[in-house]
Order: sequence, then structure tokens, then C-alpha cells
Amino acid sequence: MTTSTPVRERRRIKVPPPLVFVLVLVPFLIEAVGVFWPAIQGISLSFLRWNGIGPATSVGVQNYTDLFSDPIFLTALKNTAIWIVLFGGISFVAGLGVALLFQSERRGVAIYRTAMFLPIVFSLVVTALIWGAFFQPNGVLNNVLDAVGLHDWTRVWLGDPDTALYAVIIAALWREIGYVMVLFIAGLKALDPSVQEAARVDGASAWQRFRFVTLPQLRSVIMVVISVLLIDSLRSFDIVWAMTGGGPFHSTELLSTYMFSTAFSAHALGYASAIAVVIFVLAIAVIISYLVRALSEEKES
Amino acid sequence: MTSTTASRRVAETPAASAPRPAIRRGSRRRRAATAGFHTTGILISFAWFLPILIVLITSFRTFDDVAKHGIASVPKSFTLDTYVQAWNQGGLFPALVNSMIVTIPTVILSLLLAAAAAFGLSRFKIPFRRTILLIMLAGNLLPVQMLLIPVTRITQQVDIYDTLGALIVVQVAFGLGFYTFVLYGFMRSIPHELQEAATLDGAGVGRIFIQVILPLTRPALAALGALSFTWIFNDLLWSITLLQSSEKLPITAAVLSLQGQYVSSWSVIAAATVVAAIPSTIVFLIFQRSFIGGLALGSVK
Repeated sequence: MTTSTPVRERRRIKVPPPLVFVLVLVPFLIEAVGVFWPAIQGISLSFLRWNGIGPATSVGVQNYTDLFSDPIFLTALKNTAIWIVLFGGISFVAGLGVALLFQSERRGVAIYRTAMFLPIVFSLVVTALIWGAFFQPNGVLNNVLDAVGLHDWTRVWLGDPDTALYAVIIAALWREIGYVMVLFIAGLKALDPSVQEAARVDGASAWQRFRFVTLPQLRSVIMVVISVLLIDSLRSFDIVWAMTGGGPFHSTELLSTYMFSTAFSAHALGYASAIAVVIFVLAIAVIISYLVRALSEEKES
Repeated sequence: MTSTTASRRVAETPAASAPRPAIRRGSRRRRAATAGFHTTGILISFAWFLPILIVLITSFRTFDDVAKHGIASVPKSFTLDTYVQAWNQGGLFPALVNSMIVTIPTVILSLLLAAAAAFGLSRFKIPFRRTILLIMLAGNLLPVQMLLIPVTRITQQVDIYDTLGALIVVQVAFGLGFYTFVLYGFMRSIPHELQEAATLDGAGVGRIFIQVILPLTRPALAALGALSFTWIFNDLLWSITLLQSSEKLPITAAVLSLQGQYVSSWSVIAAATVVAAIPSTIVFLIFQRSFIGGLALGSVK
């Protein structure tokens, strides 16, 4: 627009036309009004006692101090920790395992991969219903146990506080492992195959090649997968809500489900906001490290 | 990009192992390895397909058959009444319509707005553009639980609570950050010469965006479109938060409440589950390649 001298350097127009600012500002403002403004409100709500209808009273940090003497909150916190370790941990290991198994293009591998990630397209509610048929009192699992003579092992899997949480985690894993596999396969394919070959020529065993060549090269993908799994764990709601609603006796209660029922069944809006802020605080380290990574990669290129 | 490295590796493997002296023993071992690979692959795929298969089969069985012999038994009946019942009494058709009314505008609006923001941020020197991008991405990483109560209040204040419009607005605002981030990365790699040539030809910002940049961004838009379709179509949390009237519920929430009504009739619930899973499965099958590329997009890039 200003000059026509051919310059090889990346050349940008000095002052962008006003339309450009409109294109950026409109989406930004929509997100500001729809996400950031409510998020700030959510924090300030957590210092109130309010049922949504009557007048709200300011209670300072009492909602937060109450949380730690609330046995249901502590159960939800413990279950969220179990969820992160089992759901996150098994998704990671199994996802990496199947990615290594199905990484190379060979006959049949496309079908195996499709089987693994088909569940991703189903909603968590559909997943919950599918696995509900599996864990119901007269469902698949009990039918099979009966048929092989293990009648003593049968139980109401989703109605028993000892097993319900693990049954829900199995259903959630079925859907998550394929997703983690996709992330790892993309990472594995971006690696330079000649490094593997060099290690092979040097006589490194398969395990040594994995441990000392593949794993270090995968570091940035591993970080991504860990952040994705942590954020997914903290956000998990649908599958628990659809399978057990947090019960029986709060044995499958996660922070997210406890927050929801506190807000929309018990109408304790201030207290529920405090739970939401706790979830946010737990997520913030992950969010910041994710953003730092995004920023550094952005600068690099 | 990834497929070229993959095919190169496939081409290298036989060439690298050919000059080994013990060819016959090697080939026998390789045949055993191949058999092992396919056995594992088939077993894993079967385990992953099995829950889907059971629900599919159950959905075509009569109530009496399932009640008498159990879900895991060999089917002795075939019926389509389950689908008729779920469709008519379960109200699946209006629920599917509701889902489409929410999903299609949300996908189009979010991608359009995100593309506009990404275009402005990636192609022009806007002050603080990196900060703007990261703030937008951060909004998408926030735990949804923080937003539930404030957003419900705001929709009540502006009188759109319990409308499908509220769902569209909220989902657009919440998804924008991620889509902008991914599209930004994609648009930045488009050569600047194209934009300069168009500028010299007298094209304005709007024309460059619509006629030069958008067509080149099509692969990323397809990937994000397929992904966001399934995400929004499958959403449960926002619909049960912002909607009250049961006739406004999208399919995911409707199927869940159906489960409450037909507690004992597994074949009807199975039929409803199949119906709820069909639209996103179709989108997945049509856009399979972009879909999987999209899953890896936000993380590996």
C-alpha cells in the first residue's frame, strides 16, 4: 500500500486498517462478556451467602472455611484426587501403549485405531448409557459372572459405594484412551526416524530405544497430554452425573458434581461458587504452564 | 506433513533389515511378530467394540426377551418397536431438532468469529496481539463450573434463560478462545506474498480475508468444524444448567431424562442411545481425517 519496493523480509502494513481492529475486537469482547465477566462475578459470589431469591449477605471467607469441615466436600476432594490418579494415570499409560503398538502404517492398523477412537465421537451421556447396560444389576457383567459360576461376585456395581467410583472410571477410560492415543501417535510421527535407526544399529534393545530415545524426544507431547488429562479430570462431570449423579451416599461425588448439586438443587449459590473457585485454583497451575508453553512456541516460530 | 514421514519410515524398514545374514530365521520371527501384532490388535479392537455392539443388539430386542434371558444372552427376538417407542413417547425427534438448532449456528458463528480474530491477529501488527491471543486461550481453559451460576444469573437478567438462544451465545463465547488459537497458528503459516499481491491489486482487508485467507484455511476450518460439532452436539452441562422446559432439551439431556422414565426397559434406552449417537458418528465418518487431525491440532502445533 505504501511502497512497492521488493523486499524479501516479512513486510507488514504499518498501521492496520480500522476494519482489522473490528475483526479482532468483536470476538474478544464476546468472550470478555460471556466468559471473563461471569468468571469474575463467580469469584465475588463466593464471599456471599445467597439462595438466589432473597437478599445476599456478605460472609467474608466463611464459605471457604466451612468447606474444610464439610465431609461431603472432603469426599469429593478425595474422589477428585483418585479420579486424577486412576483416570489420568491409566489413560496416559494405556494411551501411550496403544500409540506405540499402532503407530506404524501397516495392514489392518487403520481398523484397530478406529476401534480405539470411535468412542470419542459419542457423548459422555451415551458412554454412560452404554456402560450402564454393562454394570446394571441384571446387566452384562453380572450375567457373565453368573454364567461362569461366580455368582458370589455379582453385585449392584453402580449402587455399591465400594465399586461405583471405579465402575464410572472404567467407562470414562474407555472413551479417553483413544484420545490420548491420537495425541501420542501425532507426536510419534513427528519424530525423526533416523535417530531410532541409529540406536538400532548401535545395538540398543527395544526397551532401551523406547526409554532413552523415544521418551526424551516425546517430552513436549507428554507435557501436553498431562495438562489435557489434568484439565479433563478436573472438568469431568457428565459421565458421573449420567451414571450415578454423585451417589450412592456421595461415593462418586467429584468437586464438579458437588458444585452442581449445591448450586442447582440446594440453591446455596455462594457456597457452590466457593467450590467452583477451588476447582479453578487446582486448575490454575496447569492453565499457566499450558499458556507459558503456548507463548514460548509462539515466540520460537 | 505427518503422512510423508510415516510412509518414509515404512519404506525404510524392510530395506534396513534385508542385509541381515540369517534371513530365514529373521523372516520366521517377523511372521510370528506379525501374528502377535494382529492377535493383540484384534483382541483390543474387539474389547473396544463390544460395548457398542451389545447396545446395538439390545436395541433390537423385545422387552420380554431381555428381561427373561438377560442382556448378555443370545438374542431370541427382533423388533423395531423399541425405536418407535423411543421416537414417539421419548420425544427424540423434537430433541434432535433442538440439538441441530443449537449446534449448527454455534459451529458456524464460532468458526466465523474465531477466523476473523485469528486473521487480524496473525496477519497484521496489532499492538499486544500475543497478549490478546493468550487471554482468549486462557478463557477456554477456565473450568466451566466457575461460569455456571453467574451465566445463569445473566441470562435471567436479560431474559433469555430457558431459551436455545442462550445456549448458542454461551457456547460461542466459551469456544472462541481455542478456535482462535488454532486458526492463528494455521493462518500464520500462509505466505505473506499472497496477501501483498492482493493488496497491490487494490483488494481491501475484507476481500483479502474472504477471498485469499479463508479459502486457504479450509483444512483447519474443516477439522475444527467436525470437532466442534461433536463437542456442542454432545454437551450436557450447559443444557441442564440453562434450560428448564423439558420440550427444549437437546438430545443428550433428553436421552438422560428418558433413562429415568424407562428404568427397567433396557431395549428402549438402548434404542435412544443409538439415535443420540448417530449424528456425531455420521459427522465423524464424513470428516474422519480432518477430525483426527483436529484432535491433534491444538496440542502438537
